[in-house]
Amino acid sequence: MTQTTTTRSTCPYCGVGCGVLIQTQAGRITGVQGDPDHPANLGRLCSKGSTLHLTAAEHVTRQTRLLQPLRRPQRGAEPVAVGWDAALDEAAQRLAALHQAHGPDAIGVYVSGQLLTEDYYVFNKLVKGLLGSNHIDTNSRLCMSSAVAGYKATLGADAPPCSYTDLALAQTVFITGSNMAWAHPILFRRLEDARRANPAQKWIVADPRRTETAAAAVEAGGLHLALRPGSDIALYHGLLHLLLWEGFANAAFIAEHTRGFDALKDRVRDFTPRRTAELTGLREEDLLTAARWFGGATPTLSLYCQGLNQSREGTAKNAALINLHLATGQIGLPGAGPFSLTGQPNAMGGREVGGLANLLSAHRDLANPEHRAEVARLWGVPEVPARPGLTAVEMFQAAADGQLKALWIACTNPAQSLPDQATVRRALERAEFVIVQEAFATTATAAYADLLLPATTWGEKDGTVTNSERRISRVRPALPAAGQARHDWAIAADLARRLARHIAPERVAMFDYPTPEAVWREHRESTRGRDLDITGLSYAMLEQNGPQQWPLREGQHQGTERLYEDGHFATPDGRARFADVPFLGLAEPVDADYPVSLLTGRLRDQWHGMSRTGTLARLFGHEGEPVVDLHPQTLSRLGLEEGALVRVVSRRGQLVLPARAQEGVAPDQAFIAMHWGQEVLGGATENGQALLGVNGLTTPAFCDRSKQPELKHCAVRLEPAALPWRLTAMAWLPATRALALRERLKRAMPDFGWMSLVPFGREPDAAATDPDAARVGLLLRAGAHRPVGEALLATLRQALALDQPDVLAYRDPQRPGQPAERLLRLGRDAGGHEHLQAFWVAGDASGEAWLRALLQADEALPLPGRSLLAPQAQRLLGQGATVRSPQVCTCFDVREDRITAQLAQCAGDPAQRLAQLQTALRCGTNCGSCLPTLRGLVQRVPAAVGLTPAKSSTATRS
Amino acid sequence: MTTTRLVIIGNGMAGLRTLEELLPLRPPGLSVTVFGAEDRPAYNRIQLSPVLAGEMDLDEVALRPASWYAEQGVTLHLDQTVVEVDRQHREVRCASGLRAGYDRLVLATGSLPFMPPLPGRELAGVMAYRDVADTQAMIAAAQAYRQAVVIGGGLLGLEAACGLARRGMAVTVVHLAPWLMERQLDRPAGALLAAALGRRGLHFALGAPTEALLGDAAGRVRAVRLKDGRELPASLVVVAAGIRPRTELAQAMGLQCDHGGRGGVRVTDTLQSVTDPRVYAVGECASHRGTAYGLVAPAYEQARVCANHLAGLGVARYPGSQTSTQLKVSGIALFSAGDFMGGEGCEEIVLDDPAAGVYRKLVLREGRLVGACLYGDTQDGPDLLRLIRAGTPVTTGRDALMFDPAGVLAAGTEASGAPPPTRPARLAAGTALDAHQALPA
Repeated sequence: MTQTTTTRSTCPYCGVGCGVLIQTQAGRITGVQGDPDHPANLGRLCSKGSTLHLTAAEHVTRQTRLLQPLRRPQRGAEPVAVGWDAALDEAAQRLAALHQAHGPDAIGVYVSGQLLTEDYYVFNKLVKGLLGSNHIDTNSRLCMSSAVAGYKATLGADAPPCSYTDLALAQTVFITGSNMAWAHPILFRRLEDARRANPAQKWIVADPRRTETAAAAVEAGGLHLALRPGSDIALYHGLLHLLLWEGFANAAFIAEHTRGFDALKDRVRDFTPRRTAELTGLREEDLLTAARWFGGATPTLSLYCQGLNQSREGTAKNAALINLHLATGQIGLPGAGPFSLTGQPNAMGGREVGGLANLLSAHRDLANPEHRAEVARLWGVPEVPARPGLTAVEMFQAAADGQLKALWIACTNPAQSLPDQATVRRALERAEFVIVQEAFATTATAAYADLLLPATTWGEKDGTVTNSERRISRVRPALPAAGQARHDWAIAADLARRLARHIAPERVAMFDYPTPEAVWREHRESTRGRDLDITGLSYAMLEQNGPQQWPLREGQHQGTERLYEDGHFATPDGRARFADVPFLGLAEPVDADYPVSLLTGRLRDQWHGMSRTGTLARLFGHEGEPVVDLHPQTLSRLGLEEGALVRVVSRRGQLVLPARAQEGVAPDQAFIAMHWGQEVLGGATENGQALLGVNGLTTPAFCDRSKQPELKHCAVRLEPAALPWRLTAMAWLPATRALALRERLKRAMPDFGWMSLVPFGREPDAAATDPDAARVGLLLRAGAHRPVGEALLATLRQALALDQPDVLAYRDPQRPGQPAERLLRLGRDAGGHEHLQAFWVAGDASGEAWLRALLQADEALPLPGRSLLAPQAQRLLGQGATVRSPQVCTCFDVREDRITAQLAQCAGDPAQRLAQLQTALRCGTNCGSCLPTLRGLVQRVPAAVGLTPAKSSTATRS
Repeated sequence: MTTTRLVIIGNGMAGLRTLEELLPLRPPGLSVTVFGAEDRPAYNRIQLSPVLAGEMDLDEVALRPASWYAEQGVTLHLDQTVVEVDRQHREVRCASGLRAGYDRLVLATGSLPFMPPLPGRELAGVMAYRDVADTQAMIAAAQAYRQAVVIGGGLLGLEAACGLARRGMAVTVVHLAPWLMERQLDRPAGALLAAALGRRGLHFALGAPTEALLGDAAGRVRAVRLKDGRELPASLVVVAAGIRPRTELAQAMGLQCDHGGRGGVRVTDTLQSVTDPRVYAVGECASHRGTAYGLVAPAYEQARVCANHLAGLGVARYPGSQTSTQLKVSGIALFSAGDFMGGEGCEEIVLDDPAAGVYRKLVLREGRLVGACLYGDTQDGPDLLRLIRAGTPVTTGRDALMFDPAGVLAAGTEASGAPPPTRPARLAAGTALDAHQALPA
């Protein structure tokens, strides 16, 4: 038996920052567990975190990772391998040439909240201390910059004042602009625990959609405020109006610790319940209830995320929410405060090192000459530039306009995640030199790179991250770097040294770091005396005492759990500022031409652009393919059935997706998950314009203070998408080939009017399982205006081995109106039973749904394969051969139909019934991400009539 | 009472069936005389293949014993070749000098194997495959020799090849067309057939014209040389390159024949020759509306109409046959009917299950089923043939036509409240080699 090594590290997904224990055997990651000693998760992991080891399997690495430096001889060509030295020398020469020809403003560096603090630090120093500009920005701009600006505008510093422990201490929890049940599952588990321990804890969820978070609130007697999109400020002002009216204002706190209340009071005077109700679409009595809970059932904790941040008035939204806490004094107390949930694992760390266009190291300000001098002194340079750099959206606009000549993109996928993709693509095309420094070769951005630099990723990286509650954790490598990959900080430092030789030879030594710890120590020194002072912290202390919250000043032995407990804020006078902000509303309100509000958001089992989660078929079990969610009324107004293709058109682009009926989306709204980029969803308009994923639609309009774009909302028009020619192809494939094949098939996307390409199936739980024996599947769906050329189809058939001599075929190429081609590939199991291995339904694709179900079920075929060629064979198959019941529990692959059937056998109170269900099916007993859904089903599905509560011990297990 | 004298020249399957159809309708005063060139009464020629393959005995293929003719009051002359007919005097004359006068004459002379003008065709061991004597010669050759070549990959050639292979010979089928049975199968079905027969040990040279037959010193064939230069060793060469209607007598009588005789005696819808209404022609020697059928089913259809007319009823008309081929070559199921090759103005629907060896092609023209070619699973053949005959527009969907023709038929019946309409003109006929195969009713 090979020895198992355990490495303590963190999860690379959301900002909760869970600790993980990585198991390795003989140089392979074989498992992952929640770290029971990590204060963020106490041993738990969500559906994404608990499958991390599978994303690090060797065959995944081999098929999806960037494993050596690559260079494109010209744009659009296949990149060719090049040595590290050659790659970095070329990069240094070209950047230096542009720097010399056009000055520092010619180069933009775009990094990521998924970089470690050390990576971030070196990039920031490179731009501000070597290139001499502030043109470094990060995808945290899309994520947290409104939270930053909101905190700074009100509390004086970019510091979430709360801790995760406050979840259990709060009496009222106001979740606003966050679907934390899906986006921050482990925190939501903690919140569920809190409510179980304290059933009086009240939840208010403000969200235009009835998300799982909202449903969970309502089920437990809480409140869902389904406000009109973009009316958050009206809601907060209206609540403040009611808080004042109801006598919940904390006059002493306002007087002693704040400024600016009077102006705000004047403003909210107009936000009467009636007017607020009109502006938000909410009921006056619900507003009153919310205000009474917020002010009366204290302590009150607000949890918020992109619903506030991703808005052209994101800073004001944040500030208006914080106003409520300042007015009621609900801050600096256990269980109270405005708690911004960070989107990315190290958005916080990036902010700490000042890795943004408008920040300096350690929360310093560009505009402050003293701050600039401090940083210059620290780095040993004469000065650092004062002029703010280009923020994310501006940076790509500048490149699209030809002002920026070079883009260096690290650890992020702007061709997926930035709004207004048409402009982003123009930027990537127009830039003279594009470096993409990435772990994965599969991102949409990679296709635009002149130079691809392979970076390490989860399981290999070494450094620190800071989570939402200011807690710094060590990220430790469990494996050496894959292929020729290098750490991001090391790549940046190496390139910086080479670049310095061209443009500032005296600064070469600035980037001589032997270890990430050396980088970190320099960062630590920069925090001295700042709000985030960590001069008392060391790698050794993290090693010994585990993760720590900042500030942790020299001499302290423990971090700071909660900020502002003394009522002293991080402003010059120590007083918090009320923000007298107007309510402006949406950047792009709906109108007659674009009458529908498009909302975006996360899915439970996917993360961002899915370069990692998208490698696992099993993470597509919960949400299997890109769809647009529409209210059933909207569908019938369009004259469409569920599943029909809808063209979603905004002022900037369009997208084609199958429609899904969702009662939780209001009739004048549509919802598309933020994950669906060109990696999984594509197509082209009739005049050849490529469809650029969900962010082909979204607006680049941004908050003038935070520069964060309004990714959450844009106005769209919905039309039936007339793509009569359809293709559905699906195949089981060896796990060792499926992902590589997907990359090949992806290239066909622009040849269709619509195409989606997603994996399905279920990798074995243990990463050590023989990958050659493991199978996953690919589902390809496409539509076209007219029959698609045979040459293209032939390549697709060939890729899916549907052109082999043993394939069953039914072809009706001259069918009036629509040619039809149906292909099946069968295999035999050990018992000699036929199984469906692959199918292809092209042209008239009727019957594709039951074929999909049949293939996914992967059971012995009930009929000879030949009869399945008949589009109407469904009626021969009988029960169970329709559409597959949706998966609820990812960990144990439990589907809704089984749960519903089982619940009929479960009697007792909801907790007892849930426990019985969990005992019987195991669903919700591992990561718990599906628990909100299970609770919802317990509510909706009654026990069979006459069933008495079970007397068995199982009923009391929870 | 006047006597009408009927003479039937030819005692093959068509001649006998005409007689069988006529007897129940036999008007008083009709005398019948039958001349047969072979020395045995009519037998089922189709079943010579099972005989060759050793699956049947020769006596099992006899249709009616000589005694039967006597019982029916029919005069049967065996081993008598008619060499002349004097239409002026209405008299038939045999080589032996035997004569018979007639008032009505039926020509049922059948066909002859076509022997292409190959150098070396006169060599010993080179033969056609038509009758009992040929069958016996092949059985004998199979005992003496190892290697055989069959020239012609049509129905007959393949049956011969299979039979010889069953008797232990190494057989190569040389075929001019690029795939087997090109008149009954399309290319994919032909390929499936070749694969299936290949698995049974047959070898093929397809798209391969023969150049010459090569002999040894003793004057026996030793090899077949192809145009591409290949030489296939063979001590037996069976030529099955098609048939020609046997019309030399008819031409001598001055009857109009198609294509200078190669096309058969031209007959009307009552099977009377267009030249002389007293003279009828049925079976493979007849050319009806330009078609000389080489299958037994049309011959039987013709026999029925001819008999009706001979009986003086005069109501039946033969409009031509929708032929289909449904046959078993050593257990291989094939079916084709109608215009299965499709082409200009046609639409094809194809189902292909290679692992199961099943292939199915339907041909539609103007929304109607006009042809079908099935391989492997021919169960639906009769239903498809009915649908082809019915010629009704396909309304219940093309998928149903492929996967549930019985359902389409039933739907058609329901819709009209009556059995599926047969176009009044056309009758059905089926099968070639297996006469016992159920014909679509």
